[in-house]
Amino acid sequence: MTQESVLSVQNLSVVFHTPDGDVAAVSNVSFELRSGETLGIVGESGSGKSVTAASLMRLNNSSTATTSGSILISGVDVLTAEESDVRRIRGSEIAMIFQDPLSALNPYYTVGKQIAEAYLVHHPNASKSDARGVTLEMLKKVGIPNPEKRIDEYPHQFSGGMRQRIVIAIALINNPKVLIADEPTTALDVTVQAQILDLMKELQKEFNMAIILITHDLGVIAEAAQEVLVMYGGRIVEQSTVEALFSEPTHPYAWGLLGAVNSLELSGRGALATIPGSPPSLISLPAGCSFNPRCAHSSEICMTDVPALRVVGSQGSVTACHLPNDEIISLGRKAAAR
Amino acid sequence: MSSDIALQAIDLIKYFPTGSSGILGRPTDLVQAVDGVSFTLPAGKTLGIVGESGCGKSTLARLVTRLIDPSSGSVVLDGVDITTLSGKALREMRRKLQMIFQDPYSSLNPRHSIGQIIGDPMRIQGIVTKGNEKAEVQELMQRVGLNPEHYNRYPHEFSGGQRQRIGIARALSLHPSVIVADEPVSALDVSIQAQILNLLENLQKDLGLSFVFIAHDLSVVRHIADQVAVMYLGKIVEIGDSATVYSNPSHPYTKALLSAVPVANPAMRHSDKRIRLVGDVPSPIDPPSGCRFRTRCWLATDLCAAQEPPLALDESGRAVACHFPLTTAVTIGNGAV
Repeated sequence: MTQESVLSVQNLSVVFHTPDGDVAAVSNVSFELRSGETLGIVGESGSGKSVTAASLMRLNNSSTATTSGSILISGVDVLTAEESDVRRIRGSEIAMIFQDPLSALNPYYTVGKQIAEAYLVHHPNASKSDARGVTLEMLKKVGIPNPEKRIDEYPHQFSGGMRQRIVIAIALINNPKVLIADEPTTALDVTVQAQILDLMKELQKEFNMAIILITHDLGVIAEAAQEVLVMYGGRIVEQSTVEALFSEPTHPYAWGLLGAVNSLELSGRGALATIPGSPPSLISLPAGCSFNPRCAHSSEICMTDVPALRVVGSQGSVTACHLPNDEIISLGRKAAAR
Repeated sequence: MSSDIALQAIDLIKYFPTGSSGILGRPTDLVQAVDGVSFTLPAGKTLGIVGESGCGKSTLARLVTRLIDPSSGSVVLDGVDITTLSGKALREMRRKLQMIFQDPYSSLNPRHSIGQIIGDPMRIQGIVTKGNEKAEVQELMQRVGLNPEHYNRYPHEFSGGQRQRIGIARALSLHPSVIVADEPVSALDVSIQAQILNLLENLQKDLGLSFVFIAHDLSVVRHIADQVAVMYLGKIVEIGDSATVYSNPSHPYTKALLSAVPVANPAMRHSDKRIRLVGDVPSPIDPPSGCRFRTRCWLATDLCAAQEPPLALDESGRAVACHFPLTTAVTIGNGAV
């Protein structure tokens, strides 16, 4: 691999202080991201995936949240850097797109103005007409038909899919090295979702950027990611290549997720495989492995010790589970085949 | 009327007036939300209705439950046209036809206890005596997988999946024969979705319920539905047995919709069989002439613009509204498509 590392996260933890107690939203998350690569993060509501993403741009409110660990982008630690440095990095080195494109856009400004604004912030010496030219170019790249006319229209004049293209245009106008996409297609219809995923792939090639794709949809992960983090209760429980996740998943939670999805896709009319119970509350995470109350394979040690991440199997997957290696591999293959 | 038909919709039309002009503010446009939809739901079966946002599936749900009145057409439940009922007869009808909603947060009154929420319909309809109510409610709670001891708790004390179970118990409280479920699992996490779908299937088996199941998620509908109707811009474009429609779609839109669903298998990623629709769904205020799908269809010809294709049965017993259905080739036997 000759791709350079563009983002390195070490031991990231985020604790929110709430009236009901401290919420450990993210615990000890570490990963590397290389240019041109797509890292998928999957998990259910409350698994910590969106908080992880927000931390990468230092968007967590420092008065209510304590963030520790390190996040290195181009040699700068986002968590300890001066506010002015972080502001320089936001948008130019790392950019973000969100689930709901309508609330990500300002209804009072034309889309052209909003895209140009993002450009002018990082190019203070550029003229307005330069910015307009760059904006037009970008609108063409994200596939807005008739950009010369539509550049002066307002967000409400665009459909959901077109709005998401505008948001992507804003994110990419400064050619960032990392794009964080937090559920970018969840609010869209399937046919439009397919268009947006294709567009992201195309632009990734063109800009050679890394993408962090956050989603709850394993189908989207299979479609677009190369590496995958599976998160549960604020922790990474499995880290693997997308091929390994779907052929030899190594964590009981991943087995459950795959089982629920696979049985839907294949549609026998039998009962669906389910994971019993519901995701844990982050205020009172179960002791030990936080998946233990829902796990069919848990034993005593799971109730007391948090399992450390370790390499399991031939495909280099990393997993946090107390089960012995050979058992994990045989159960994992069974889960994938189901 | 034959008793094996649970529910029938006949040529349902709903136009919503919109826009205004001049000082009187008379509506100037009509949103053609549902435009001539018919279907038959056999007793004990599930009809899935799929389509993208704006295709009219939720309006259809509100029409068949008579939460709104149709512009024209009728809904027949147990041999009775319910679109003309009022007063006592309407109340009687509501007992037989219940609904489950998408959002388990906004569909439960936060100030009512679970016991009240589930018990209210029985009390209002007068089908339970005061002394029996609690026992009945607790039996329902047990049936949908809730702990009966939580009778006095409030909605905020429950998770999303549990709230959806409360909504299901409420729908069951009047012993309905038909349940209309509008996106009942789309607000839930995948692992919880599977639990709720299993619950609905078990209830159907035990109680002989008939479901109209509306969803945008094709794999969910594939799992639960016996028959599936695909809607586009207010019309059914294809309707038939789930297995037939999914394995061998006939309408180009059905095919495109199915091929757009991301497959949870990375090996399929580079498959070239994908059909990518361009553009967006046109406005239902001013739908395209002829076939409404023609503006996004790769098979469209002048005929499609001039003439609206009728919903016609093919040999496999499914109905398709297309001038160039993808499966004629198969029935003729030259193996194309």
